[in-house]
Amino acid sequence: MEDILLLEAIERYLAGTMLPAEKEYFEQLRKNTPEIDQMVVEHKLFLQQMDQFSERRDLRDALHEVHNDLASKGDIYEGGEISTKGRIVQLWNKYRRVTAIAASIAGITALVITILANYLSPANKSSIEQLTRKVSNLERTTNALNTEIKNKQHVTIPREEFKSAGTGFMIDGKGFIVTNAHVLTGTGAVVVNNKGDQYDAKIINIDQIRDLAIIKIDDSDFKPYTSLPYSIKKSDVDLGEELFTLGYPRDEIVYNMGYLSAKSGYDGDTSSCQISLSANPGNSGGPVFNKNGEIVGVLSAKQTQAEGVVFAIKAKGLYKMVDDLKESDTTVQKMKMPSSALLKGMNRVDQIKELQNYVFLVKAYNQK
Amino acid sequence: MKPEINEQLLLKGLVNNDSKAIETIYKDNFNMVQAFILNNNGTYDDARDIFQEAMITLYEKAKSGSFVLTSQIKTYVYSVCRRLWLKRLQQMGRYVPRLEGFEETIPVEDDLEIHEKKNVDFAIMERALGSLGEPCKSLIEAYYIHKKGMTEIAAEFGYTNADNAKNQKYKCLMRLKKLFFSQYNIGE
Repeated sequence: MEDILLLEAIERYLAGTMLPAEKEYFEQLRKNTPEIDQMVVEHKLFLQQMDQFSERRDLRDALHEVHNDLASKGDIYEGGEISTKGRIVQLWNKYRRVTAIAASIAGITALVITILANYLSPANKSSIEQLTRKVSNLERTTNALNTEIKNKQHVTIPREEFKSAGTGFMIDGKGFIVTNAHVLTGTGAVVVNNKGDQYDAKIINIDQIRDLAIIKIDDSDFKPYTSLPYSIKKSDVDLGEELFTLGYPRDEIVYNMGYLSAKSGYDGDTSSCQISLSANPGNSGGPVFNKNGEIVGVLSAKQTQAEGVVFAIKAKGLYKMVDDLKESDTTVQKMKMPSSALLKGMNRVDQIKELQNYVFLVKAYNQK
Repeated sequence: MKPEINEQLLLKGLVNNDSKAIETIYKDNFNMVQAFILNNNGTYDDARDIFQEAMITLYEKAKSGSFVLTSQIKTYVYSVCRRLWLKRLQQMGRYVPRLEGFEETIPVEDDLEIHEKKNVDFAIMERALGSLGEPCKSLIEAYYIHKKGMTEIAAEFGYTNADNAKNQKYKCLMRLKKLFFSQYNIGE
């Protein structure tokens, strides 16, 4: 009961309907009792919110009413279901034949233009070239590899045809390797490290939209790494920042350096960026490092008309893919993105010595 | 000189919920906004939503008293709509390189931030009232929104006397406040 009286007093106080003496007494009470002061403040806020709520609701109703009013008067037109219908029907009846003829002429013209445009325009579909080495490039090496495989008694992959090859890099010492989706054109993959050791790998996930893929080394010869010396950076790279990459455009690891030349990729794609760097087929899927040896992107494609213009998927996309994957696939649940930065401040030669152990040649084949 | 005075009057009318003023502003600006939205992948319903949202922003701005008419109502409404629509498109995950429309715009980001906060408050109150249930909701609205007296409420809701109604109202209020403040962030 007392609470009700108190609330009533607060409401009268806030509404300003107290007598002067009563008000003075209440203010004194408020000053002396922090709890009551708190209640007053809170209730004031609440009443304000209530007022704003009702004002806003009234306004919203008023706006709806005005809208419907104007629509029915014809001052606002919303797609023809209103009073003008009669006139439209009349016009339709009158001009039906003309409309039909006009429509068919327009249709034919459009068709002709489309055909001509297709016929005459230069084929610019190939303006971007994925950096995968194709089979032709590989034929020479396949034989050598096959003998090597035999020598090593690795009979798990007897005589597959290698479809394509690219580069990949490790994101978890347990054997998880990232590469481009377009590198993995086959149904299986093998990876080769910079010393020439070859391991079987299985494809964990291919994300065609982001053009990223994860494979995992699945080979008893492989010794997991306890940790990786680099981290994968989520933040964007600045324009002009120096970058370098390691990859396998040949069977040997190749180093290249360049700089970030634009923050968006081909055709304004914001998930990738443009790098000025010389890359060749086979560099696809290769890591892009900043000067601290941290991974900032995944090399994916180059522009064919211009030399030295390549595109890389930003590392942010990698996190997104891994997060998506963790939700759907339990085998990757234990995967952890590397987070150390041991290479900061080292000179480039030493950085590469360290990094090349984690960059792999990825070859895709069709299982028979 | 004259059009400016006219616009001031319209804003005053809007603040006082004068339907004539609302209708005038609506009529003068809606078609422009609708054309803009339709030209940029929107529907008739989108246009209506966005425009009404902008009207509410204009109302809040005018009511806050700090609104010095540095621009025409038209420019302000257009700028707000443009901003809101851009945001909506982004939320839908559509990439919009450039919105078409070349009308002059003014920065309205700060106003929209305030508006956003008020939207949230409004939604919290609406939810709180919604989950209060009847007859509490009507009772609270009768007293706090329609500002009816306790005796009148007692008669309307069938309570034997004003004290009974007051008791009931108090219980409802306590529940509503609890619901409201469980979501409302005082710190901000």
